[in-house]
This record gives sequence, C-alpha cells and structure tokens, in this order.
Amino acid sequence: MRVIIVGAGEVGSSIAQSLADSHEVIVIDRDGERVDSLTYSIDVLAIEGDGTSLATLQEAGIEEADMVIASTDDDETNLVICGTAKTIDDPFTIARAKKVDYLDTWEHAEQGAFGVDFMVCTNLLTAMDIVRVIGLPAARDVDPFAGGEVQMAEFEVRAESPVANQTVREADRFESLTFAAIIRNGDVDIPGGETVIQADDKVVVIGSPESVQQFALEVAPDETPDADKELVVIGGSEIGFHTARLLEQRDLRPRLIEQDEERARELAEDLPKTMVMASDATDAEFLAREHVDEADVVVAALENDEKNLLVSVLAKQLGAERSIAIVEDAEYVSLFEAVGIDVAINPREVTAEEITRFTREDGAENIALIENDRAEVLEIEIDADSVLTGRPIHEAVADLPSGVVIGAITRNGKFVVPRGDTVVQENDHIVLFVDTNVLNEVNDVI
Amino acid sequence: MNLRVNWRASVSLVGTVVKWLSVPLLFPLIIAAYYGELDAIRTFVTTIVIALVVGSSLERLEPDPDLGAREGFLMVALTWFAVSIVGGLPYVIAGNQITLLGQFPFINVVSSPSTLADPVNALFESMSGFSTSGATVMGDISFETHSRALLMWRQLTQWLGGMGIVVLAVAILPELSVGGAQLMEAEAPGPGIQKLTPKIAETARALWKAYLGITALEIVLLYGLHLLGPLVGQPLAPNMTLYNAVAHGFTTMSTGGFSPEARSIEAFSAVVQWLIIPFMVAAGTNFALFWHVLSGDPRKLIRDAEFRFYVGVMAVLSAILTALLFTHQELVFVPGGAPVAGNFESSLRHAAFQIASIVTTTGYASMDFNTWNSSAQYLLFAAMLIGGSAGSTGGAIKIVRWYVILKSLRRELFTTVHPEAVRPLRLGGRALDERAVRGIYVFTLLYMVIFFVSALLLFLNAERAGGPNLNTLEALSAVAATLGNVGPGFQLLGPMNSYLPFSDTSKLFMVALMWIGRLEILPVLVLLTPAYWRS
Repeated sequence: MRVIIVGAGEVGSSIAQSLADSHEVIVIDRDGERVDSLTYSIDVLAIEGDGTSLATLQEAGIEEADMVIASTDDDETNLVICGTAKTIDDPFTIARAKKVDYLDTWEHAEQGAFGVDFMVCTNLLTAMDIVRVIGLPAARDVDPFAGGEVQMAEFEVRAESPVANQTVREADRFESLTFAAIIRNGDVDIPGGETVIQADDKVVVIGSPESVQQFALEVAPDETPDADKELVVIGGSEIGFHTARLLEQRDLRPRLIEQDEERARELAEDLPKTMVMASDATDAEFLAREHVDEADVVVAALENDEKNLLVSVLAKQLGAERSIAIVEDAEYVSLFEAVGIDVAINPREVTAEEITRFTREDGAENIALIENDRAEVLEIEIDADSVLTGRPIHEAVADLPSGVVIGAITRNGKFVVPRGDTVVQENDHIVLFVDTNVLNEVNDVI
Repeated sequence: MNLRVNWRASVSLVGTVVKWLSVPLLFPLIIAAYYGELDAIRTFVTTIVIALVVGSSLERLEPDPDLGAREGFLMVALTWFAVSIVGGLPYVIAGNQITLLGQFPFINVVSSPSTLADPVNALFESMSGFSTSGATVMGDISFETHSRALLMWRQLTQWLGGMGIVVLAVAILPELSVGGAQLMEAEAPGPGIQKLTPKIAETARALWKAYLGITALEIVLLYGLHLLGPLVGQPLAPNMTLYNAVAHGFTTMSTGGFSPEARSIEAFSAVVQWLIIPFMVAAGTNFALFWHVLSGDPRKLIRDAEFRFYVGVMAVLSAILTALLFTHQELVFVPGGAPVAGNFESSLRHAAFQIASIVTTTGYASMDFNTWNSSAQYLLFAAMLIGGSAGSTGGAIKIVRWYVILKSLRRELFTTVHPEAVRPLRLGGRALDERAVRGIYVFTLLYMVIFFVSALLLFLNAERAGGPNLNTLEALSAVAATLGNVGPGFQLLGPMNSYLPFSDTSKLFMVALMWIGRLEILPVLVLLTPAYWRS
C-alpha cells in the first residue's frame, strides 16, 4: 500500500515508523530539518512542502496513493489536506483532529464530512484512555466501539467475586449488557442463561459504558470506583473536560479544579454532575481543605507538562492513592513514571497508536482480539444485503453459525439494546462477538 | 443621537389598541341583542363609538409610529391603563343610563342602584378585570341589578387581559410586529419571553391559539356536563347554562376569577368544581409548553422543571389543606353542600380547588373560606404570594422565581463549605445566567418591599379616611390580592364580600397596584425614573 503521511511531528513520525516495514510510505513536512532527519532515520520518502497544496501532493504521487494520513498539529490544516486529496483521486483519508466538534460533525454526516474517511480525535481518545484506566481497573481488557457508545470488556472472575458460582441469568442484572462469552481453561464458550460462572473464568461482556461499569462493580466491587470514590481532575483543558464528561456518563461524580474563573463557569455549565472548583491546584492548603489528599485517583490535565508533574507529585505527597498525568512531550513519559506517577499518558502516542491500529486492520470498522485470536469482537455497518437487515434478531439467528453473539447495536450513534425482537436496520452498527472458527462464514452472510 | 422618549408614538399605538377594543365590545352587544336588553344595547353602542372616536384621534398623533425600547415600556403601561378606562365606561354608562338619543347630556338615573355607576368603582372593576385580579366592588352580583350583557363584558375583560392585550395586539396588528418582542417582554409574566417561532407575531398568535383552544374546550366540557345531566337521569351541572359555561371559561383560563354568580363556584355542583381544577392548573402553566405539546412534543411539558415544581408545590399544599379541613370540627356545614369536616372527598375537593385557585391567582371560591380556621386561612394567604408559571396567565411572584431562589439558597449553603466551588444554577438542564438570577432576586425583593409598604399605606389611609378599619390579615391580603392579581382576600374582603367599603383613595391606590402587578412592576416603575425620560 502506498501511504502519504502529512506532518512529521511525533504522531506522523511514529506512524511512519510503524508502517515503513510493510508499506511504501511518503512523508510530507514543511520543516526541512525534520525531512532530512527522517530520510536518514527511517526507510521512507520524505518531501519538504505544504501538504495543503495540490502541487506538493502531486509531487508525493497522490494519484497512486491508497491512503493519506493528515497528522499535523493543526486541525484545520488536516481537514484541508484530506479535502484536497479527495479532489485529485479517491485515496482513503485519515485526519487527526483535537477538537471534538469536528469529530461530532464528521460522525453526524452520513458519508463523513470534510472529505475525511476516518477521523481520530486526540483529545477524546486521550480522555477515553484515562477513563479506562480509572474506570475499570479490574478489567483485563477494555475496547471502545461505535464511537465510544459501546464497550467490550473482559473480566477475570476471582473466587471472592460475588458473581462466582452464579448463573448468567443471576449475574445479568443490566438493561444494556450482553454476555458474549465465558473463557474457561482457554476454551471459548457462548453462555446461555443457565451457564454457571465459575471462579477463574474470564467473562466477555458487551454493552453501554454505564452498564459495563455497573457490571464491573458486581464482579469486583473493591477494585471498581463507584460514586463514593473520590476522583479529582485537575485542569479544565479539553482533555480534562472530556475526562470528566465520560466519568459522568458512568454515573461517577468527579471533581474538577480549574484556575480560570470564566473557564470554570463554562465547564460547570456543561458538566452537571461534576463539582467544579475555581482554584489554583498547586495551593496545598486548598487541596487539603477539599480533601484531595484522600482522593482515590488524581488526573493532572493541565496544559503544561511541568505543572502536571508538579500537581501530580503534590497530590501523591498529600496522600492521593493513584495519579494519572497527561504528558505532551513524549520524552518526559519515563521521567514522570520514574518520580512515582502511576500512569503517564501521551496524547500523541495514543493518536499514533490508534491510526496505526486502524491502518493495520485494513479499513475494517473496528476489531478486538480475544484470548490469542480465539475469538474476535467486530463492529460492522449493516448494509441492505445482510441476513440481519429488516428481520427480528431471533429469526435471523437461524441463518448465523453458532459461536456468534450480537452484543450491541448503535443506530445514528445511539445505543440500542439487542433483544430477540429487535429489528436490525440498514446502516446500523452492530458489535459482534465471533468465534474465529466461524469468522469467514459470518463475514459472508452479514 | 436622540434618546428621548417619543411619547407620541407610544400614545398613537395606544390609540390603535383602544380603537380595536371596539371589536371585542361587539360581543356583549350581541348578547344584549340576544336577550333583548335595550339598555345594554345603548350602553355598548355608546362605548363602541367612544372607543372608536378616542382611539382614532389618539392614533392621529403620530402617523408613522416608530417603537424603540423606551417607547415600548410607555406604550405597554399606558395601554393597560387606557384599556381599563375605556373598559370601565359600560359600567358607568349602564349605571347612569346616559341616553344619547335624547337631549344630551340628559342623565336619567334609572332605578338601578348599581355601585358600579361611580367612576372610581367602575375603574376599579375594569382594572380588576383586565389585570385578571377578580377583586370586585359590586354590591350585588345579580341579573336583577345588571344586564346579562354587562356581566358578560365583565367576564370578557378578564379573558382579554389573561393572555395579554399587548400580546393580542402584536398577534393581529402588523404595525407592532417590529417592536413586538420588546412589548411582549414588558408585558409577559415571568422573567424573559420564549420565542417559539422566528417571527414574534407568529409566536403571539400561537400563544393565543392555545389559549383560545383550551378556553373553548373548557366551555364545551362545562356545558356538556349540563346537557349530559338529563340524559343520565341525574343533574350533573344543573346551574351550568351556556351563559355560565362561557362566562366561567373566560375567567378560568385567564386566572381572572370573576363570576356572574354571587356565590362564585360554590353555586355549582361538585362535578363542575372538580372539572374546573385542572383548567385552573392549566391556566397557571407556561403556555409555551402547550404549544410544544400541540406541535407533537408532549414530553417537554412533563420534563419542564418549572412545571414539575409547580405541580409539586400545589400537591403538597393541597395535602396539608385537606388535612386541615378534614379535621376542622366546626366546618360541618356548607349551604347546599355536603359537610366538609370528616368528609374526605369534600375536604380534598375544596382544598385542591382553593389551592389551585389561589396559587394560579384565579381567585374563584368553591366555598367561603372565611369560615375556615386561621391556620387554613394563613396557608391560603401564603399561597397568594407564590403565583403561576412564567408565560402563564397567573400573577404574583411566579413559581419559577421561588424555584430559582430556593436553589440559590441551597447553593449559598454549599459554597459556604466549599468556597471555590463553581455552581451554575440550573433550570431543567439549562444553566442560568447569573444576571438573570440577580434579576430574580431584585424583582422578588422589590415585590416584597412594595407589598409591605402598600399594606402600611392602606392601613394609614383607612385611618385617615375613617374606615373601614382593617386588621393585619385584611390589609396584607388586600395588597397580596391586588398586587398579585389574585382577587379575593380574607374576612372583610372574603370571596363572598367585596372591596366596596374602601375609600376612593384606597380604591385608586389598589387600581395602581393591580396595574403594576399585572405588568410585573418594572415596566411601570421605570416610567417613574428621571433616567427614563432624560436622554
């Protein structure tokens, strides 16, 4: 595959590096020095120029390109690059955007928007990452599907867990949750209502983030944060805001500290369940008064790495249980972890990983591998030819091989609980659990 | 830049509204013709002629009126006053029987001893009508003393005042559509207006259509009950004739409270009383919500934070009052009805009716609450200050303001513990602007100040004018009932009594209270500031 990457910053370089082995990669950047160093460090063709200009793209051989990845640091530039690429040819375009508004617009449009085929939103991805780290420490694996509306999670059931020795029917107390599989001694088993969950089983569930969260509370009440847990987000940046918003979606009530009064007011208006406080987060007296020292998790999401380091260290010193910090500069990541910060998250790394993962999946909607490829969780957009289209699920199931579970449906970005009488419509996204043995069979009929 | 007030433009538009007042005046004229009331025909023909002449001449003052924000305030305030004056003419004319056809001014005082013949009383009654207060100075409410046409006019003034004369004018007069939003802002109850459609005239029409539709529904149901009685073999609403159905439809939906029956709603059967309760509740609800319901989004009504609070408050108050009435030993006899104490249906009915009537500021009475014990009366008195929803026809402080104030008190307590916490006040899902919150404090404080100062002035004036001597509850309730457009007060001013004994100065003072109460104080008070008139 011929891939053009525009923007050779951290994200672009990192993607280029991981794609270089198996693909023809052309990198465009405006910075001559970067282009030079790239030429010598990785096996790619590096071109100096402006990716938004037609001439540069043509020089990079846009006509022969299969994919264009716009990964500069500027949202609008990335959108223009994708739009420009589409005027010449029809390569698959991927844009990186920080602003969630662009993602919303893009998801809202039927065929995508701005000439972008796949959009990766840095701020949202990072926030989702943080929330996964905070939200489900008991889960072995968590993957988001359908733009975050659906989650797949894998839990290990310990002997002391309340669901151990319960039947699936007993354990399933949640409106929008499906038990996709139980993995016992390496065997993937599709459970029925009477299947008993045993200690040391692994359970794969698919459902809305809220219900997955609630299930986590059932499986591992001690490890999963609930409404009583003190979650403190420091810094009302976009990442901080989305972190609080996603936590709210899971029925958690975080606190958010933002120094700027006006921004704090804005955040408070948009976050009804979050307690927003306007104060300097490095004010130890304030932190002590608001009992940040007793926080279970402190997330440092300020706009500045040094400040994040400072508040994280301060919070840990005061006695906060766990600390998570955003680090913009990749070189600081190990430093952060060295001084005792539990998790350091670099938004650029998260973005690069997501784009790389996506390009590897060959354009498929989304995918997660379970238990060393024994099963997969897939997200598929339903077209008119699918066996599922226009039929209630209990009818369509007859035409599906065994070893398939319909875990969740999203329609126009909204979660729909799949039940026997749910009728699947064209353009619905369904999240399926599929045993690898029947994967090809499933792909043919759906 | 010329910032001075163009009062000619305002007065000219007031003239337009007065001129158009002749159209609703045709309604009592038709009634008069139907019942063959010759005196009434003369009365209303005369009034229509005066309205046309006065209106048209005022209109001439400024051929092409241009409304700014300041002219808007003046126009709204003056309109309500002018309309009340013109609307009071039939009472004076009917009471004195001026015969235009004879030698003018040949004043033939007919046998009628009507108290409304006095101009001050007529103005009081008319302002009470248009402001939907329902306080009356009629000595004798009966067809013996008054024509059916005149009593229907009294009912109609309330219906016109309910959704707002100016809203009506904006809806039908194209020349008002430009400054319409400001006019409606100045007149509409509650903080701010909700524009339902891009064009303000369209919004005004939508509100009036909903108002008209629900009024018609109530009339049909009330009269339907009357007709249904003989069919099922037992009288359901023996007294609810078509005339009464129309008359009460007019004054329920406007939260007015006038009734052509001297005993108000006590004159009707229990079924009628039950039926009127939901209509009073509807009248105190934001009409924009009905518009949403009618345009296919009924969930907006149920989810509305103000509506929920409004219904909740009424439910709680009704429950308390039911308990008070049920256990009130002396309350065993109501003329023509079942005993109240010890009778659950009766206690609940009168409690729910009276709470709905007072909270929405309708002012109907299902029985003389002067016979209730003092705890029940003070509960009703407190309810007088609550008021209906914003954008409804109800008066007083308005439930939404109380809701915001309660929430902000809770916030104050919270921020005392957490000084850095940032907590926007939310109404439903929407965060309120702090300026709007401040506006609500200011309004409520101003309302309370005016309330207490006015009560004091009424006391003093009663002393000065030599009567009637008021007790505390009477004086306070007189202000609450007029400023809040509720209508009846307590004891001397109870629902079966009238404001007649007050001196002329006190009556005129209360006319002013009803006026500023209907316009929610600020549009009238602003006219009294020098800053308003100076550039």
